[in-house]
Amino acid sequence: MARAVSTRRKIVTTAVAWAIGLLIFFPIYWTILTSFKTEAQAINNPPLFWGFDFTLENYAVVQERSDYMRFLWNSVVIAGGSTLIGILVAVPAAWSMAFVPSRRTKDILLWMLSTKMLPAVGVLYPISLIFVQFNLLDTRIGLTLVLMLINLPIIVWMLYTYFREIPVDILEAARMDGAGLRQEILYVLTPMAIPGIASTVLLNIILAWNEAFWTLTLTAANAAPLTAFIASYSSPEGLFYAKLSAASTMAIAPILILGWFSQKQLVRGLTFGAVK
Amino acid sequence: MGRITLEKVSKSFGQVDVIPPLDLTIEDGEFVVFVGPSGCGKSTLLRLIAGLEDVTSGEIRIDGTDATGVPPAKRGLAMVFQSYALYPHMSVRKNIAFPLRMAGMDAAEQERRVTAAAAVLNLTDYLDRRPGQLSGGQRQRVAIGRAIVREPAAFLFDEPLSNLDAALRVGMRLEISELHARLRTTMIYVTHDQVEAMTMADKIVVLRAGNIEQVGTPLQLYRSPRNLFVAGFIGSPKMNLIGGAIAARHGAETIGIRPEHISVSAESGDWHGTVGVSEHLGSDTFFHVTCDGIPDPVTVRVGGEVDLHYGDDIWLSPDTSHLHRFDGQGLRVA
Repeated sequence: MARAVSTRRKIVTTAVAWAIGLLIFFPIYWTILTSFKTEAQAINNPPLFWGFDFTLENYAVVQERSDYMRFLWNSVVIAGGSTLIGILVAVPAAWSMAFVPSRRTKDILLWMLSTKMLPAVGVLYPISLIFVQFNLLDTRIGLTLVLMLINLPIIVWMLYTYFREIPVDILEAARMDGAGLRQEILYVLTPMAIPGIASTVLLNIILAWNEAFWTLTLTAANAAPLTAFIASYSSPEGLFYAKLSAASTMAIAPILILGWFSQKQLVRGLTFGAVK
Repeated sequence: MGRITLEKVSKSFGQVDVIPPLDLTIEDGEFVVFVGPSGCGKSTLLRLIAGLEDVTSGEIRIDGTDATGVPPAKRGLAMVFQSYALYPHMSVRKNIAFPLRMAGMDAAEQERRVTAAAAVLNLTDYLDRRPGQLSGGQRQRVAIGRAIVREPAAFLFDEPLSNLDAALRVGMRLEISELHARLRTTMIYVTHDQVEAMTMADKIVVLRAGNIEQVGTPLQLYRSPRNLFVAGFIGSPKMNLIGGAIAARHGAETIGIRPEHISVSAESGDWHGTVGVSEHLGSDTFFHVTCDGIPDPVTVRVGGEVDLHYGDDIWLSPDTSHLHRFDGQGLRVA
C-alpha cells in the first residue's frame, strides 16, 4: 500500500540515495579519470580532480603492449559460455525444486549455498590437480567449467526463487485447458519465466566477467581474460597507475555498457510478479 | 453430458485423512454447491474431480466412464479459479482461445467461438488487452470465457467470487446463475459463503472435516437440517440453538428456531427478555434479545418498522410448528 511521504522526507531520502550511489561509483569514476592523466599526475598529491593534461597516451601504450582483443574474446567466451551451460543445468534443477519439491529440497538448496561460504582457495589444490590431470590448465573450456560450477548455486537459487513466484494456479489452469506437460512448459511456463531467466543470465555474465581468483590462477596466456589483462599492469618493476587505470577502464567498459543498457531488464526481472 | 459419480472416494495427505471415503452423484445439468467452513475439504474434493489431485482410493466416473486415473487435460472439464489464473503474457483473446488452441481447433472456428463468448460476457472491447489491464470483475469474466468456449462436460468453480468486492460479487453471482440457466451444463461450485450456496444451487452439499453432512436443495436444508452443524451453518442470521431445561421441555437435547419463527409481544409470551443491539436492514430488523435462562442472545426477525429500543422488556414466543429438535448426538429428531 502506498504511504503518504512528506516532501522533506523525500528530499532527504533522495539525497542519501544519491550520496550512496556516488560513493559506490567513485572508484570507477576515479579509475576512468586517472586513465586520462600522465603517470606523474596520476600519483600527484593532493589528487587532481581537474586541471590536468588530458591524454590518450595510456590507452595507446596499453593497446601497443598487449593484445586487448584477445583478452576480450576470452572474457566473452568464458563469461558467456559458463552462463549458458549454467542456465541449461540450472533450469531443470530449479524447475523440479520449485514445482515438485521433495522433503529434502530445502536441505539441498542450503547445502548448495553453503559451498559459496567456502573460501575459493580452500579447493585450489584439488581443482589444480584435476586441471593438470585433464590438461585443462590455461584452456577456455576448463575455466568456463570452473566458473559455471562456482556460480551454479546462485543461478539455481535465483531461478528457484523466481519460479516459486509463478502461481501454481496458472500451471493448473493450463492443465485444465488441455495442455500436456510439453505445451504447459512451452506456452505458459517459459514465457512467464523469461524475465527471470534473462536477469539471471545478466547477473551471471557480470559475476563471471569480474571473477578474478580462478581466472588469474588457472590461466597463463592462451585463455587469459580481461582480469588477467588488468593484473598484468601491476608489475614487479612498479605500479603504473595511469596505465593500470587505462587497462581497467578498457576491461570494465563492456560490462559497464551491458549493465547500463540492461538495468531496466535486471530490475524488472527481479521484481516481476504474477497477476493477482 | 456431465453426470459425475464419486464412489468411495478418499484422499489422504501423508497420515492425515482429508476426505474419508464418500459417495456422491451429481446429475447432468445440475448446479451443485459444495459449502462448508475453511478446511472442510470442499476445495480438495473439487480438485479430485478436476484431476489436479490424485484420489487415495475410490473411483470417479464422468458420464459413466472411469476417469479416476485420467489426467486433467483429458477429463473434458473446465475450471474457474479463485485467483482467476489467467495467463499474464497473453491478451484476453489468446487467454480465451488457449483451450481451443490446445485442442488443435482451426483458427477460424477459434475466432468464432472467442467472439461469441466475448459478446456474452461483455468483453468485446477488451479482447486485445492483457489481464493486468483489467479490473477484478473483468478478469473473472475472462476466466469464465476461457471455460465456456470449450463447451465442457462440466464447469468447476473454486470460490470464484472471493476476490471481488461485495457489490461485484452479487452481480457476478447473477451472471453465473444466468449462464447456468442458459447453458444447462453441470456446474460444481465451491464456496464458504452459505448465501452464495442458497441463492445459486439446485443442490447443496454441506461438508465438514471431509464428511458430507447433508445433501439437498437449499430449502430442504433450510427447513429440515439433518443435524446441528447444518442447522447452524445454513441460514443468515443463524438459527437460534437453545439447550438445557427449555429444550428438555420440548423433548430434545437442543432445540433450534429460526429468527423469523419467533413472535414478539410487549405483554406476554414464552420467554421473557431484554432487547439488545438491533440491525435495521430497511425491509427487516433483527433484534438480539437476552432472555432469562438462555445463555446466548436470541436473534429475532421482525418487520422493518418496529418501535423497540435497547433495554426494552419484551416477550418472545417460538412458533412450535417450526421448531427443530436435536438429540444428544446433535441429530435431528423427527
